[in-house]
Amino acid sequence: MNLARHHGGGIIVITFIIALLLTIVPLPDWARYARPDWVGLVLIYWCLALPDRVGVSTGWFSGLLVDLVTGTILGQHALSLTIVAYITLRLHQRIRLFPLLQQAFTVMVLLILHQLLALWISRIIGRPGAPWYFWTPSLLGLALWPAVYLLLRNIRHRFRVR
Amino acid sequence: MFVALSTVLMVMDHKYNNLESLRAGLSLFVYPLQQVIELPGTVSDWFGESLSTRRKLQEENDSLRTQQLMQKVQMQKLASLEAENIRLRELLDSSFEVGEKVLIAELMSVNLDPYKHQIVVNKGELHDIYPGQPLLDAKGVMGQIVHAGPYSSTAVLITDTSHAIPVQVNRTGLRTIALGSGAINRLELPYIPNNADIRPGDLLITSGLGGRFPPGYPVATVTAVQHDPGLTFSQVVATPLAELNRSREVLLVWPGVSTTLEPDRPADAANTVSVDVVNSDEAALETPPAEPDTAASAPADTATATEAATP
Repeated sequence: MNLARHHGGGIIVITFIIALLLTIVPLPDWARYARPDWVGLVLIYWCLALPDRVGVSTGWFSGLLVDLVTGTILGQHALSLTIVAYITLRLHQRIRLFPLLQQAFTVMVLLILHQLLALWISRIIGRPGAPWYFWTPSLLGLALWPAVYLLLRNIRHRFRVR
Repeated sequence: MFVALSTVLMVMDHKYNNLESLRAGLSLFVYPLQQVIELPGTVSDWFGESLSTRRKLQEENDSLRTQQLMQKVQMQKLASLEAENIRLRELLDSSFEVGEKVLIAELMSVNLDPYKHQIVVNKGELHDIYPGQPLLDAKGVMGQIVHAGPYSSTAVLITDTSHAIPVQVNRTGLRTIALGSGAINRLELPYIPNNADIRPGDLLITSGLGGRFPPGYPVATVTAVQHDPGLTFSQVVATPLAELNRSREVLLVWPGVSTTLEPDRPADAANTVSVDVVNSDEAALETPPAEPDTAASAPADTATATEAATP
């Protein structure tokens, strides 16, 4: 784990910043509830690709930033992204070998877990339950995963992030 | 460890509310992100302003001038009414504050958690904004500030499920509480007895009880009253008067500070207003579908506004 092997940390930070921007960019009213969970997708990718660099702590900090930009209770996304990062790290050797479609389904399960935690927390602090379209971001995550995966892999190879 | 840390954070934030300073400090990092999101809008506004033709500007100028004249006339009437009101209240020996300190702010075009009715305003602690401060638009009460950062702050709207506002029926003086329903065009008044005098069309104004909102500002109109003899309370639904999902510029009020405008602010405020009127006019001219919407929203006291506001 010497520092000379590490390269391109800035690229990782930039992808997270872009994901955060996409999290708050204004959408028309009909699309408001169907915003894909960009930060979650990016976090899962980096956990799979570079498990020794991106992990639980990155998940926690990115989650805290999501809490700040979206105005949720501090720690909600931090908690759920921490858990998502942890599970991804535990399973990364298996998930990496999956074909892309199977990977996408695994990612969807991770995102559903992420949303489920968010729902539990919001119920605990006394907010109302969720309508059926609450789950659309996870389904979109399933649809978007191949694109996100290929894009980020290209970026990783282009800038030799390791 | 991180799980424990985030749990502690959540408990502290929710139960004790003592993370405001942390949130304010961290929002400094978030502010550049919000600015980046704002950028396209700012640039197009700037282009629209600098490239609009002379004739268009003149037309706008004319319409604004007529508007101002009309409002001046109304203001004259208001001034005399206000003076009369104060005189009468002096006779009755009760105090009444007229005119609060206000500041005009703009909404930032960022989306927050779609299940919470929150907005971001481009003024913060550096402009003396404080958590709990009331927020109005041209038509009525919008909500209140919940988190004040240095340059921007977050406000919760009156329709958020966690929000309640003390109101008064303008016609009868009946006091009650209006709760947010989670739908942007609906407030619920669950604490009205079955025999209370309330009708659809009644105007609800802030009662000033609770000390957070200044008294006398319009909040909503009652749209439906349902008496169920089996229940203790009638089911009353109201529609907010403020254009919660359309307003671009908002007013921040300091209740109890009785100067109408600060001496150094009017220029700033005037700027903001004129710029925004230019923008909204252009938007209406360039995008025809927007027009019926704004036209329908003009008679805010009728039921048409309800239908138009349905998302």
